[in-house]
Amino acid sequence: MIFLPRRYTNLEGGKMDEKPRSPILELKGISKRFGAVQALNNVDFEVFSGEVVALVGDNGAGKSTLVKCISGINTVDSGEIFFEGKPVEICGPKDTAQLGIETVYQDLALCDNLDVVANLYLGREEISPILSGAVHSLNEVIMEKRSIDTLKTLSVKIPSVRSVVASLSGGQRQSVAVARAVMWNSKVVLLDEPTAALGVAQTRMVLDLIKNLRQQGLGVVVISHNLVDVFDVADRIIVLRLGRRVGTYITKNTRSDQIVGAITGAEFGEVEEVTNDNGNKEGSADEHHVG
Amino acid sequence: MSTMLDKSHIEEDIHPESRLETWRKQIGRADLGPLPILMGLVVIWIIFQILNSHFLSARNLTNLILQAAASGTMSIGLVLVLLLGEIDLSVGAVSGLCGSIVAVMNVNLGVPGPIACLIGIAAGAAIGLFQGMWFTRFKIPPFVVTLAGWLAWQGAQLWVLGETGTINLRDPFIVGIANTFFPPVVGWVVGLLFVAVFAISMIAQRRQRTAVGLGVSSNGALMFRVGIIAVAVIGTVVLLNSYRGMPMAVIIFIGLIIIFDLITRRTTFGRHIYAVGGDIEASRRASINVNMIRVAVMVLCSTMAALGGIMAESYLLAVNQSSGSGDVLLDSIAAAVIGGTSLYGGRGNVWSALIGALVIFSISNGMDLLALPSSTKFMVTGGVLLVAVTIDAITRRNREVKGK
Repeated sequence: MIFLPRRYTNLEGGKMDEKPRSPILELKGISKRFGAVQALNNVDFEVFSGEVVALVGDNGAGKSTLVKCISGINTVDSGEIFFEGKPVEICGPKDTAQLGIETVYQDLALCDNLDVVANLYLGREEISPILSGAVHSLNEVIMEKRSIDTLKTLSVKIPSVRSVVASLSGGQRQSVAVARAVMWNSKVVLLDEPTAALGVAQTRMVLDLIKNLRQQGLGVVVISHNLVDVFDVADRIIVLRLGRRVGTYITKNTRSDQIVGAITGAEFGEVEEVTNDNGNKEGSADEHHVG
Repeated sequence: MSTMLDKSHIEEDIHPESRLETWRKQIGRADLGPLPILMGLVVIWIIFQILNSHFLSARNLTNLILQAAASGTMSIGLVLVLLLGEIDLSVGAVSGLCGSIVAVMNVNLGVPGPIACLIGIAAGAAIGLFQGMWFTRFKIPPFVVTLAGWLAWQGAQLWVLGETGTINLRDPFIVGIANTFFPPVVGWVVGLLFVAVFAISMIAQRRQRTAVGLGVSSNGALMFRVGIIAVAVIGTVVLLNSYRGMPMAVIIFIGLIIIFDLITRRTTFGRHIYAVGGDIEASRRASINVNMIRVAVMVLCSTMAALGGIMAESYLLAVNQSSGSGDVLLDSIAAAVIGGTSLYGGRGNVWSALIGALVIFSISNGMDLLALPSSTKFMVTGGVLLVAVTIDAITRRNREVKGK
């Protein structure tokens, strides 16, 4: 218990040498308890601008809880959150939106009956005053123009920005949801299972979009079960198990069986059993190696 | 649900579809806008004209439009509620109650006509506010709240009317609403103004789009749309002028449709009505005040019901204990659905109140001309409603099966 944070501090040390800049979003010592369940136990987390971090772990590892803590849906029991190096307080989704952190949930939260433009601007419609401001009307022209520009920047291909979302494919919907999240000057975007239930071509489309976001300088956090996708797109992989962070890997120096081992605990043994004498184990040797 | 939808796309290409393909899919989805129902209306008119040559006379069509105006006004409010994916069962009772309030105020208490009408409309708005608050505060579906309202407002109507039962209206203002006919020149001015404003707004929109480099439809398509509207409007004006002129009730009805069409399509409020009807959770996450939208729509619906009640009593020159009961409620719901507004929320538009009301009243008017018994009329109207709802359901299911 005391051991784990030290180990990861070491690891971040190695990390810092490689990228001598501070994370855009950093969480330190986050704990969250739901009744008897310790969902998160002293977890650190960080994402840099222009980086894709994958958050992996088995069911109940605490991935969703961590994302909900970042997006403000859950409030943390203890721990600190830093955004652009400054400590911040996140009490609700509005706070995160103000900071520039956007979350795309698995259910996407799009209105199927509205077209792409209306969905991109939902709740933030552009209006123009009529009769010297007595009434207003939606400025469809500006909204459509900017929607096209945004989707072009992100290289998202859809038949028309005037097609209703119901007529789009799964990958296109995912892309629209991501575009909506990032089109308001976001700096960090969290994606919950962005490729779940997508076919091969659709998945490719979404992964390309994620790489595009990295190029635009955003910090991207991807939660995924699919290690193939994770290895394709992520720069770093953070593994959670039973509410703790049990490993951090630089993707290009890592084999997928190492990740599987970390997720299932095959490599480290049970978390509860992790003690000082664990340092010689293969798992941690790997970590120092990759770090 | 979304997972299921997504799976159906696994094999789908990500390349943009060709225009032909899109068009083909639209046909498959029965997403042709108001075209099928307009064709249905033409068929209905042809059938009744063959069976009775008086059907398409100026006199009969004027009466038909006047009947449709009162019920159609109520349908406008129902369209808004249906867009939310909810229903309001109290509109008939509210129209009867508010009509009775106006009549009692004016005839028994001597309140001037315009003020009596304003009080009646305010009463409608207050009822809507009450029902809307009950819906959002206690999370009771409007179906149940307005079902209770249906009974309660009917009781209130009996209480307001008291011993007299039937009240005949003589006030020139109230009677004038449905019985004022403007001379031909007014009809022409209003009609041509409508076409001109429509054409100018289309051209202005086109200019704006071209200015920022967005695609526009071809000149031909624009001319075609303006042409269709012009033919329909001029035809209506000629028809109405050849009997007693342009009725004020029609101007009020169409005016309300235009106002609510602009509200629903061109304002954030209207956009949010569609959003809430499409996906409540998505709307909430987009920081739309869902409950505010719900209450506002319930208020508008009951207000329109009150207006419809006033137009109906003006047309019938009287109000009694059965005003607003019977098929008033079902006619106005049926009109909205037949006109193409979905019962499942999020799809449809205000014009369906006009189209649906014309269909419903063409059928009932035509059957009246043929002197068919009530039994047949009810069964035929029920059948038409069933067909409309079935089309709505099939459209919806097709969309889901195809993941669309």
